[in-house]
Amino acid sequence: MKFKTFAAFIGPSVFMMLLFIAFPLVSVFQQSFYITQPIYDLVDVETCTPGFVTQTCVTETQSVPRLDEEGAIITKTDFVGLQSYRNVLELGRAWDALSSGSWAAFQSIDFWKALRFTLSFTLITLPLVICAGLGIAVMINSAAKSVRGPVIFVSLLPFIITPVIGALSINWLFRGDGILTAALEWYLQRDIAMFAQAWTIEILMMFYRVWHVAPFAAIVFYAGLQTVNQDSLESAIIDGASRWQRLKYIIIPHLMPLIVFISMIHLMDSYRVFEEIVGFSSQGHVISLQWLTYDFLVPDQAGNRSISRASASAMLTMIGIALLLVPLLRRTWRDHQGGH
Amino acid sequence: MSARALQQPLPLRLTSNVFLALWCLIAAFPIFWIMVQSFKTPVDAYDSNALNVILGPETLARGHGMSALQILLGIGAIWLTIRLASRTLPAFVRSSLNGKQQWLGWIIGALVLGVGSVVVLFGVVPWVSGVLNPMLGPLGVDVVGLTTEHYKTVWVERGFFRNFQNSLLITAGVVTISLSVGTLAGYGLARSGSKLAFWILIIALIFRALPHSVLVAGYLPVFISSSEWLAPIFGENAPTLYGKPFAVIAVLVAINQPFTIWMLRSFFQNIPAELDEAARVDGCSHFQAFRRVIMPVMWPGVITTGLFSFLLAYNDFLVTSLLLDAQNQTMVPAIAGMFNRETTTTDQVVAVAAAVSITAPLFFLVMVFQRQIVSGLTAGAVKG
Repeated sequence: MKFKTFAAFIGPSVFMMLLFIAFPLVSVFQQSFYITQPIYDLVDVETCTPGFVTQTCVTETQSVPRLDEEGAIITKTDFVGLQSYRNVLELGRAWDALSSGSWAAFQSIDFWKALRFTLSFTLITLPLVICAGLGIAVMINSAAKSVRGPVIFVSLLPFIITPVIGALSINWLFRGDGILTAALEWYLQRDIAMFAQAWTIEILMMFYRVWHVAPFAAIVFYAGLQTVNQDSLESAIIDGASRWQRLKYIIIPHLMPLIVFISMIHLMDSYRVFEEIVGFSSQGHVISLQWLTYDFLVPDQAGNRSISRASASAMLTMIGIALLLVPLLRRTWRDHQGGH
Repeated sequence: MSARALQQPLPLRLTSNVFLALWCLIAAFPIFWIMVQSFKTPVDAYDSNALNVILGPETLARGHGMSALQILLGIGAIWLTIRLASRTLPAFVRSSLNGKQQWLGWIIGALVLGVGSVVVLFGVVPWVSGVLNPMLGPLGVDVVGLTTEHYKTVWVERGFFRNFQNSLLITAGVVTISLSVGTLAGYGLARSGSKLAFWILIIALIFRALPHSVLVAGYLPVFISSSEWLAPIFGENAPTLYGKPFAVIAVLVAINQPFTIWMLRSFFQNIPAELDEAARVDGCSHFQAFRRVIMPVMWPGVITTGLFSFLLAYNDFLVTSLLLDAQNQTMVPAIAGMFNRETTTTDQVVAVAAAVSITAPLFFLVMVFQRQIVSGLTAGAVKG
C-alpha cells in the first residue's frame, strides 16, 4: 500500500485523535502551570442605615471583581509554576502528618486519600477478578451444553449494564434498610449501617467491580478453554495427574497470555475508578483520583471551576497511568518483534 | 477413552453446577431486584421482608394488582419476546438478508421488537385481561400488587423522554461516525505493515488508557470560551461548544477511536489479503476494493464493533455530565441528579424506575446480540 493511500485511509481517525486526545493533553499540561482568576479591586464601601438623631454608617473594605464595559468579569491568567501542584499535593501538611505518625491526618488530605483508595482498590480487585473469572469459565465449560447459552446470557448482564446504574442497584440493596442490610441485621441480630464508615463502602465498591468485570474475564477465559490441547490433557490423565494438577500444569499455563491480558486491561480500567463513587455517593468517605479531577471541574457554589487544580491533579494521575503502561507496551513491542 | 476419562465424578459435577447457579443468582439478583421494586409502592418496595416486596400487599390494597391470568399472559409475552429476540430475529436476519441490508435489518428488527414488546406488555395484556378478568372468577382476582405509576412519573412528569431523545441522538451519532472513521483506519492499519502503522497502534493503546477526566479538563475551558476563538472563522455566529450535543459526539468518537481501530483491525486481519489482491488485479483501486469487496464480508465485525461503540456512548457518565448543560442532558447523568435529590421514598422508587428504564434497552441488546458481544469480547484477546 502506498503511503498516500495509507494516509487517506487513516487520515480522519488520526485527525480526530490528535484534535480530541493529543491536543487536550498538551493543553492540560500547559493549564496546570497557569491560574485564571477574576481581577479583584479593594473598594471602600460605606453603608448607612437610618438611625435616631444621626445615621449609623459603617465603612468596610470589600473586594469586588473588576468589570469591563459590557459588565462581564475581567479575568487574568498568571503563570504560577508549580503552585497548583502544591495546592493539590499539600506536601507540607502531608509531611507534618507523616512525621507525627498520624495516618488519620495524612488521610484527611484529598489527594493522598484518593491515591490510597485508588491503589488499594486496583490491587485488591485484580486477583479477585482473575479468580472469579477463571472459576466461572471452568464451571461453564463443565456444564451441560444446553445450559451454557442461558448462563452466558445471565453472566453478560452485570458486564453490559451502565456502570453508574450497576453501582446504584447494589447500593439500593444495602442503602438504609435495603433488603440485604435487613437480612444481615436479622442474621447478626444487630444494627448495621453500611454507609456510615469508609471500609464497608469500600467492600461494596470492590464487590461491585468484581461483579461487573468477572463476566468479561470469564468469557475470555471460556474462549481460551476451548483451545486447550486435548491430547496433552489425555496424556496427563494417563500419567495419573489429578484434576487439580491438570488445572495447574496444563490449563493455567495455556491460559497465561489471557490472564496477563485481562490483568492489564483490569489494571488500566480500575485505576480509573470513578463511577463507583457516583453510584454509591461515597464522596464523603471515599474518593478516587479520577473523581478528584472531576470534582475540581464541577462548578462550585460561586460557579467557578478550578481548571488549574483539575489539570494538576490530572497530570499527577497520568504518572500512575504511565507506570501501568510500561509492561503493556513492552509486551506489545515484543509481540510485534516476534511477529515479523 | 477421552470422553469418559474427562467426565467429572458426580459430586464434583454437582458442586460445580451449584456454584454456577449461585453465580447466576448473584449476577442477576441486583438487576432483578430493582425491576421488582420499580413496580411497587414505596412501602412495599422498601419492606424488609423479601416476600412482601415481591407480592406487594400494600400495592394490592391500593387497587393496583395483577390477576393469575394477567401473570400468565405477561410471562407468555416475555417468553415470546425472548424467543423472538434470541432465536427468530438473528436467524431471520442472517439467512434472508446480506451485507448492507443485514445492518439495516438488525436495527429495524430490534426496534420493532422493542417497541412491540412494550406495547404488548403495557397495552395489550392489561386490555385483554381487563376484558377477561370478570368472567374467570378466582383466576381473575388480583393476587400480586403491581403498579406502573412510577414509570408514568418518570417518563411523563419528570421529562425523562427528553433525556431519552438526547441519549438516542448522541449514541446514534457516535456509532455512525466512529464506525465510518474507524473502518477506514482499521482497514488501512490491517493492510499496511509499515513502521508508522505500528506506532499509530501503540499511541492509540496509550490513548486508550487515559482517564477521561484528564481529557475533559482539556476540553472544558476551550469549549466554554469557543465563541471567542471561533469568531475569526465564523464571525458573529460562532457557536459555544459547551452544552452542544455535536461537540459531545465528536469527543466521544475520539475517545472511542483507539478501541475501535484496534478491534476493527483484528477483524480485518481475519479477512485474507488475497481477496483485495484479486480485486486489485481486476483493476480496482484500493478504495474500490475496500468498498466493493472487503466491506460486504466485513459486516459481522462492523456490527460487533458498533455494539461496543453504542455501549460506550450510552453508558457514559463523566463526559456527558460535564460537557452538556441541563437541557441537553442524557439519561445517565439525569438519573444521577434524580437520586441526589431523593428525599422521600417515593422519589427513591421513581429513581429506581428510571434506572430500570435505562437498563431495559441493554437487556434487550444482550438478548438479540449475545453472539456478537461474545465474539467481540474474545476478538482481541484470544489472538493475543
